[in-house]
Order: sequence, then C-alpha cells, then structure tokens
Amino acid sequence: MTDQTIAAIATAIGEAGIGIVRLSGSKALEIADQIFSSRQGLPPSSLPGYSARYGRVVDPETKRTVDEAVLLVMRAPRSYTGEDVVEFQCHGGVVVVQRILEMALRLGARLAEPGEFTKRAFLNGRIDLSQAEAVIDVVRSRTEASLELAVDQLEGSLSRRIGAIREHLYDLVVRVEAIIDYPEDDIPEMEMDEMAEVIQAGLAELERLLATADQGKVLREGLKAVITGKPNVGKSSLLNRLLDEQRALVTDIPGTTRDIIEEVLNLKGIPLRLIDTAGIRESADVVERLGVERAVQLWSEADLIIHVLDGSVPLTEEDFQILAQTKDKHRVVVINKSDLPRVWDLADLPQADLGGAKIVEISLLEGELDPVVDAILDLVMQGVVREGTSSQAIITRARHKAALEQAKGDLEQALETLTSGLPLDLISVGLQGALEHLGEITGETVRENVIDRIFAQFCIGK
Amino acid sequence: MSHRDRRYDVIVVGAGHAGCEAGLAAARLGKKTALLTFSLDNVALLPCNPSIGGSGKAALVREVDALGGEMGRICDAALMQGRMLNTRKGPAVQSLRVQLDRKLYQRRMKYVLETTPNLFLKEGLVTRLLVEQGRVVGVKLRDGTTLYAPVVILATGTYLDSVIHIGDVRYSGAPQGQHPAIELAQSLRNLLPIVRFKTGTPPRVNLRSLDYSKLAKLEGENPLEGFSFETGSIEIEQVPCWVTYTNEATHAIIRDNLHRAALYSGAITGTGPRYCPSIESKVVQFPDRTGHQVFIEPEGWETNEGYLSGLSTSLPAEVQVELLQTIPGLENVEIMRWAYAIEYDCLDPFFLDSSLMTKEIWGLFCAGQINGTSGYEEAAAQGIVAGINAARLLDGESPITIPRSQAYIGVLIDDLVTKGTTEPYRMMTSRAEHRLYLRMDNADARLTPLGYQVGLIGEERYAAFQAKQEQIAQEVERLKRTPVGGDAETNAILRELGTTELRHGITMAELLRRPEISYDQLGRLCDLPDLPQNVRSSVEILVKYEGYLRKQQAAIERFEKLESRLLPQDLDYTKLRGLSREAVERLTLVKPRSLGQAARISGVSPADINVLVIYLETQKRSEG
Ligand SMILES: Nc1nc2c(ncn2[C@@H]2O[C@H](COP(=O)(O)OP(=O)(O)OP(=O)(O)O)[C@@H](O)[C@H]2O)c(=O)[nH]1
Ligand SMILES: [Mg+2]
Repeated sequence: MTDQTIAAIATAIGEAGIGIVRLSGSKALEIADQIFSSRQGLPPSSLPGYSARYGRVVDPETKRTVDEAVLLVMRAPRSYTGEDVVEFQCHGGVVVVQRILEMALRLGARLAEPGEFTKRAFLNGRIDLSQAEAVIDVVRSRTEASLELAVDQLEGSLSRRIGAIREHLYDLVVRVEAIIDYPEDDIPEMEMDEMAEVIQAGLAELERLLATADQGKVLREGLKAVITGKPNVGKSSLLNRLLDEQRALVTDIPGTTRDIIEEVLNLKGIPLRLIDTAGIRESADVVERLGVERAVQLWSEADLIIHVLDGSVPLTEEDFQILAQTKDKHRVVVINKSDLPRVWDLADLPQADLGGAKIVEISLLEGELDPVVDAILDLVMQGVVREGTSSQAIITRARHKAALEQAKGDLEQALETLTSGLPLDLISVGLQGALEHLGEITGETVRENVIDRIFAQFCIGK
Repeated sequence: MSHRDRRYDVIVVGAGHAGCEAGLAAARLGKKTALLTFSLDNVALLPCNPSIGGSGKAALVREVDALGGEMGRICDAALMQGRMLNTRKGPAVQSLRVQLDRKLYQRRMKYVLETTPNLFLKEGLVTRLLVEQGRVVGVKLRDGTTLYAPVVILATGTYLDSVIHIGDVRYSGAPQGQHPAIELAQSLRNLLPIVRFKTGTPPRVNLRSLDYSKLAKLEGENPLEGFSFETGSIEIEQVPCWVTYTNEATHAIIRDNLHRAALYSGAITGTGPRYCPSIESKVVQFPDRTGHQVFIEPEGWETNEGYLSGLSTSLPAEVQVELLQTIPGLENVEIMRWAYAIEYDCLDPFFLDSSLMTKEIWGLFCAGQINGTSGYEEAAAQGIVAGINAARLLDGESPITIPRSQAYIGVLIDDLVTKGTTEPYRMMTSRAEHRLYLRMDNADARLTPLGYQVGLIGEERYAAFQAKQEQIAQEVERLKRTPVGGDAETNAILRELGTTELRHGITMAELLRRPEISYDQLGRLCDLPDLPQNVRSSVEILVKYEGYLRKQQAAIERFEKLESRLLPQDLDYTKLRGLSREAVERLTLVKPRSLGQAARISGVSPADINVLVIYLETQKRSEG
C-alpha cells in the first residue's frame, strides 16, 4: 500500500512566510531531479541525506523557472516517514506552491491523504508504538475536517456543475447496464450516435470545468478584477493604493485615464489581475470613446468588478447605468472620498441593482485600505477558497481536479472504444470509471446507485 | 433405525438447488452426508421459470461447473431450447439461457444424488435444529427420529413458514402444492434473526389452448455450446418459445382489481424483488407503458403445460382468467395452475461469514434462498461453497473464500455477508467490479484449479482442462507470431471481408483486433488449426480485447492487495480507539475477513480503514 510516492502542501496557505511542498516515497528524488536545478548543477538524487541546496524550480514542460527554492533531502530510512523525502521551500505564495505540487503530481506522485505522512511514519517504524493512538487522532481529525469540507463542497458550485454531467452519465450507464443485464426485456437499444453525443457533451463540460475551475484559474493566472466607475471618482487612485505605487496617472481632470492599465497583484496570497479603466461617460473624444467601449467590454470578462462611486458629488445617470449593467457580476462597490461631506446616501442607490455586492465606504486619499481588501478577499474566498482556509482546502481541491481529470480520461477511453466499433461492455468500462471518479468528489457509491436506477427507470424482469 | 443410520458427518436440509450441490460436494469430498427432503418427488424442483442462465446467472452456472458442481451437466441433459444472449454486446456479458424439461431436470438430478457414494437422500420433514453449547449437533424429524451430525447445512429455500396468496385467498403452503416448514421456522427464530421476503409466479396454462397465429415465435440456437465443460456442443431438435404482449384492456382489468391483489391490499408484508415485479406492480409503476412482454415457455417434452413468464401476479383467480383473455393468442386460455405470491422467512445473511457458516453457531451453514437470494443459479453457487466448506471444517482445513475479482460466486457471497440484502438478491453483471474478467468463456480457467485443489475435480477432467488452456495459449502465441499482409492477394481478401487493406505487413493478432474481423475469418488468410469452438472463441476474446483485459488485470491486482490484508475474526472493535460508533457497530456485526471487505461495509469510512491499518501494524510489531 505504501509503494506510491505521495505529495502535499505542508504549510497552510494565506500564512505569511515560506511555503513547503513535501514528497515522500521511492520516486521522490526522481521527481525532484526533474523539477529542481541547484546552483552547482547536482541533481537532488546525488545528494546525501540531510542536505539542503539552493536553486531554481523549473517546469519540465515549459523549461521556465517557477521560483527559487531551498531543497531539503532526507533519505530512507532516516527521514520522518522512513522513506525518501524531499521538501521544496519557497517564498512565492500559493501560486508557486500549487504549481510545484501540480508538477509533482504530473510526474507520478499521488496526492497525500490527510495525515498520510504521519501514517507512513508510523507504518515504517519511525514513530513509536506508544504514539500509535496519537497517530490515529491525527488521521482521524484531519480526515474529519476534510469530510466536513466535502459536505460543504457538496453544496457548492463544483458539485452542482458535476451534478449535471453525472446525471447524463448515469442515464447513459443505467441504460447500458439495463440493456446488458436484461437482454430479453424490451429496452430500446442505444444508438451509437446518441451515446457519442452524451459522452462528448460530458467531455466538453468536464473540459470547461477543468479550464474554468475557479481554483485553477485563480492559481494559474489570477482573478480578473476590473475597476470601473464614472470619471474622476478615484479609480486610478484605488489601483495605485492597492499596488502601493504611483502606477496610474491621477489628476482632478475627469477623463484622465483613457486606456486600460493592467497590473498583477498578490493580495494575501490570492493573485489578482487588476485592471484600471477609463471613466464611463458620453464623450466626443475619439480616444476616450474607444477607452470607454473597451471598459464596458471588460465587464463581461471580469471575475470581479470594483465599482467606484464618489460620495461627495451627486449620483448621475452613469452611476445608475453601471450598477444596472454589472448586476450579474461579483462586485465590490467602493463609495470613495469619505473625507469630504456626503451628498447622497445608500438609500439613493437602486437596491434591485445592488444584488449581492459588498459595499464599502473609504477615503482613498487618507483612509485605510483594509475594508476594500477584505471585501475582495471575502468574495474570492466564498467562490474559491473557503474562509478560515487551511492547507486542507487546497489539497481537497487538487484532489478534485485529479478526479475530474481521471473522469475525463475515462470518458475519452469510452469514446475511443465506441468509435472503434467495440462492444457495449468495453464501452461501459470507461463510462463506469468516469462515474466512479466523479463519485469520489461527492462521496457516493456508484454501483449501487446504478442498480437502483435501473429498477426505477425500466420495467424489467419477469 | 440402527445407530449407524442416525449418525452423519453432514446433514443437508432441503434438496433444492442449493441442497443438491451442497450434499454432492460434501459427499464427494468423502463426508457421510444425509440429504433430507419433504418429498422425494420434488428434488431439484424448478418452481418458477423452467429456465436457467441469462445475464450474470449463466456465468454462475459455469462457475459451479468449473468447481466440480452438478447444475451445468444437468441443464445440458434437460435442455429443450437454448440461446446465447447479448452476443453483440461484448465478450464479458454474453450469456447462455436455456429452457429445461422440468421433470427431466429433477429425475436426472435425483439419479445423480442416488448414485453418489457417501450421499444418502432421504425423505423427512425437519422440525427442529439441535444446538448445544453454540454447536449444532443434529436435527429432529417429524417422525420422531433424530439425526446427528456435527455439521448441518440449511437449504430450505422458500419453505420456511411460507404463506401462499392468490388474491384475497391466503393459506399456509409451499410451491407446487407442498407443505411449509413451520416448526423448523419457529425453531430457527429462536436462534437467528429472520426477515420476511416475498416472490411470485405466473399462471401455468395448457398450451393447446393458445392461438399460435397471434404469437411471435422464438427459436433456439442449434448447435449450442452447453454449460458444462464436459458437455461440449449440444445438437438436438429444440422447441420454440412464444412471445405476446399485454395491452390497455389487460391493464384496465388489473387497475380495476388492484384492491384485491394481495400485494396491494396489504395482505403481504414481505419485501419483494424489484427485478421480478408482478404484472400489477409493472402496471402501477409504469403507467405509460401500453404493453408488457409475455414469454410463453414450455415446461417439458412430455407435458403440455406452459409457463407465462412476465405475468407473475397476486390477483384473485377469476381476475387472472379475465386478464389473460385480453392478451392476443390467449383469448381461449385454459389455466392449469393459478399464479400465486409466496411469503417466506429467510435469514439475515449478516450472520454468516464468507464460508457461509453462521458466526454464532459452529457447524451450522446456510445456503440458497434461505440467505435472501433468489434464483436457482444463486442457490447452487452457495450450495457448492457451503458443501465444500462443511467438509473442510470437518477436516480442520481453512474454508475457501472466492474473491469478488475471481468469480460471480465471490461477488454473490461477499455482497450477502458484507451488505446484507433488503430484497431477494439476484445476480447481475452490473454488480461485479471486474466484469471483463468474469466471463462465461473463462469460468474454467478461473475456478477449475480451485476445484481440483479442493478435490471436486478429478484427474481426468483436470488434464482435459489443462490441455484446453494449453491450446488457447499456443494459438494466441501463434497469431502473435504469424505475419500477414502487404501483398495484393491478401488485400483482395480483406476487401471482400469489408475491412481496410494493409499497406505493410502486420501480425494475425493485430488483424484480429479489428472489430469487423472474426477468428474464423482469419482462416481465409492462413491455415487455422482444428480447434474446438470454445477454444476458438476464447482465443478470439483474448486477442481482440487484450488491451482491455490487461488493464482489468491491473485493476484486479490493486483490488486484491486490500483483500489480502486479513483482519482477525476475534477482533473486539469496541476496544479500538478512533473508530466511529457506526463503524464499530457495523464491523462487529459483519466481522470482515479483510481490510478490503471492511471498506465495502456501509458506514465504514476511509478514516476507519486507516484506524484498522494502524491497528494491524501495531499487532504485527508487538508480535514481531
Ligand atoms: N478628497 C478626496 N479626493 C480624492 C479621493 N480619491 C481620489 N481623489 C481625487 O479625485 C481625483 C480623481 O482621481 P482619479 O484616481 O484620477 O480618478 P479616476 O476615477 O481614475 O478618474 P478618470 O481616470 O478621469 O476617470 C484626483 O484629484 C484624486 O486626488 C478621496 O478619497 N478624497
Ligand atoms: Mg483614472
């Protein structure tokens, strides 16, 4: 059971300081060789136990440097787990840590179960018998935390979206199985095209899911956060404050920003692509008009819209229009210039168009930035990483991603089997496999569900 | 009665399909075995369809045969019609289904029982099971005699306190006008937990009353590969079955009389099988269906009785007549036996271990419908395992446990003892994780070595088995070595066969992997050795689906790793720290044999499995 190499993020995300990715197992060093290059050019597998090296983590596919890192090597049996252990320690925050984990998984490691390092340590005799009960507690408590998480996610968007694919696959599998197990009952045969269609639709949805999976997106390229508002409300000021540098030009002339400005920002471990845009208004100026058009277009591409309002001047038609047109988006509404006297209040905003927006009031000129940062993080956490996030959150998600990928592989196999004209029982291997992998995310027993559904859907038996 | 007549090694109660296999296995393994039945005229009765096999079930019959059981041979001898089902749906799910002469089946089986050394077939109604200090010691019969044995196998089928319902009429009774086992049921209730199940049968009719011009004819396949390894090909003049459909008029009558159906009036409380619904359930549950299929199956060579498969019902007799008359071809039907529903006691299989012995009472085995299964094939499969394990118990040998990954028998027993059952359990291929491996064609390869090792397969049969395996292996090898193609002559033939031409040479095996090419067609391109049909089809499957089968084998190896981590049977789960309360309860009840089995118990989470892994390790270390 312990012949697989396991990997996990060993530090909680969101925490300041270093991030650690740990690998344990017979392939740990081999994997390290492929992604770590030390200053001296020595591969990790040539290092003795208990040694540390400084170097670069390089993605073997793109050959690009991911980050600089310290590599720790501990050799079996003199390591925590009793197996070969490799640790990558780096400063780059969640994104880097996640990238390293993904590379390790790609190179053949398997994601560690909760408490699995400790369990291996015990099984390999590195932890004393008297500590066995403590080990059980660790395994138990961590697993329970992850179960809780699973329940949370069950209600979450991922599960809902998997739900749709699952239903279609169930329909298909149930029909296939009914046809196979009740050959003498008159169940309509499956047409090849019909099956291919369902599988292809499932594949497409899985691909969409994998591509846009909030987590994957956040971690690979960052959330796209678009700052919008009418002219002169303080959009560029907000960008500058968040970046903590004078990136965009700020003047008291409305229409200062005429094009888009994009910057990447690491907000407490969450990468954001922050985009400042031209103020929205009718303009005679061609350049400005193009800028406004571009800004409006960006709304639809945004993961998050930060709508800035000026509390010191009366609301205008532009403010209302923006509110109405962005109401389907995740939004933070920033009421700026709180250092000046307020000339309107919240009740003046059309409540119907406010939706679930987080509303904060600040002064970008002299106030603290925390309310805005917290509002953004809140939204991100809700949709992506849970509040009170721990290493578990992201691990569970990496597990989900792996499960989705396996399901996809199975469906591809089923499709290939189908299109090469092979029979139903071979096609069903891939279909059932896909369902079972999706079932890993939701924690259900697929085989029994299929049988139940056969009886519920078909009038069979004599 | 002399003393000698009253002492046995093994007593089998009930001579149905489980009892017959159990008795034969125990006797053939050298145990002095008494096989008791109410009536010697009802041995190996097929009270439902006169039919055996079908999806999942056919593989069970082949497996029983591969282990050295009798069912396959008797089926082949009593066959009236046979067909291979699912032939176009793939290698793993092809299954033989045969119509049998009910009486011939019984006579053949009875003769085998009567002529088997060590086996004593006797008429006798068991009224009580004798248990002393947690061990079974014998059984008491109605005639006052007591038979003694250290091992008793209960195979009482649907007879335990059975009640027959025909509409509003209800009486204590058993299939085919027999008697229920009421006292025995009472005696068992004091010992073991009981659940109540129900099932039903359709009316039997006189075939001369049918209008065949309105029925569709269903012919068998001739010749046909039989169930038993020993039979080979069967070539006889087969009889057809017939098909018709119910219609809206039938359904209207059923709806109007629903309140009089025992199933709906509340008269029946037992749980029925979903896969074997009565016609009234079908009409209620699927109101959109305008017709339901009815198979008319002849019951024997020398009888004109016919079985109306698909019309099982608990409606009153006069309604049965009325509804049959609405069905095309049955307008003038003469009913010979009424349809009935039957309710009976069975045991909760949680109280068995994987050897089919009860956990509480040493020496007491249970097999067949008493364990909550349905079907002749499921019964026979349990019977042979119980018989083998009874003999092994007496010899002080460890029981055989067939893994789920090796046979449907394994799936069946593991499902029963691990998950229990809330309805009569029927085998389906969908229940098996490794269906591609659990095929009909390789049942012998999967189980005959075990049958030989156990002692039920003799030298001669084993040698024949090995020769067949050798033939298969050699031919597969030969196809992988033999080149083909590249030349105009070959391409001409390929064109004729409707497949793509070859630009360069490949092997015969590669060519066979094309879905449109069959093994026999390779004969157009090279000389094929003269091999029996079953060898040729195995070769075809092994070559055609090699990639899939290899993957499945890898999955089986992963699966078996957990199965091989054994848990002590006396483990006190209440003493293990870290298990959830539900897990403690379920583990204590099931007493799983291995980590793999533990993981399949509902209510046992991965975290609980981790606790068990750690426990096993602490044990290992404190021993080592
Ligand atoms: N009093 C006060 N002035 C502010 C505050 N925030 C921004 N300003 C001023 O408002 C003016 C406009 O700020 P910008 O950040 O350029 O506004 P903008 O929305 O980017 O404007 P455009 O690019 O023209 O659309 C500048 O003079 C800022 O100094 C604030 O909180 N209080
Ligand atoms: Mg600006």
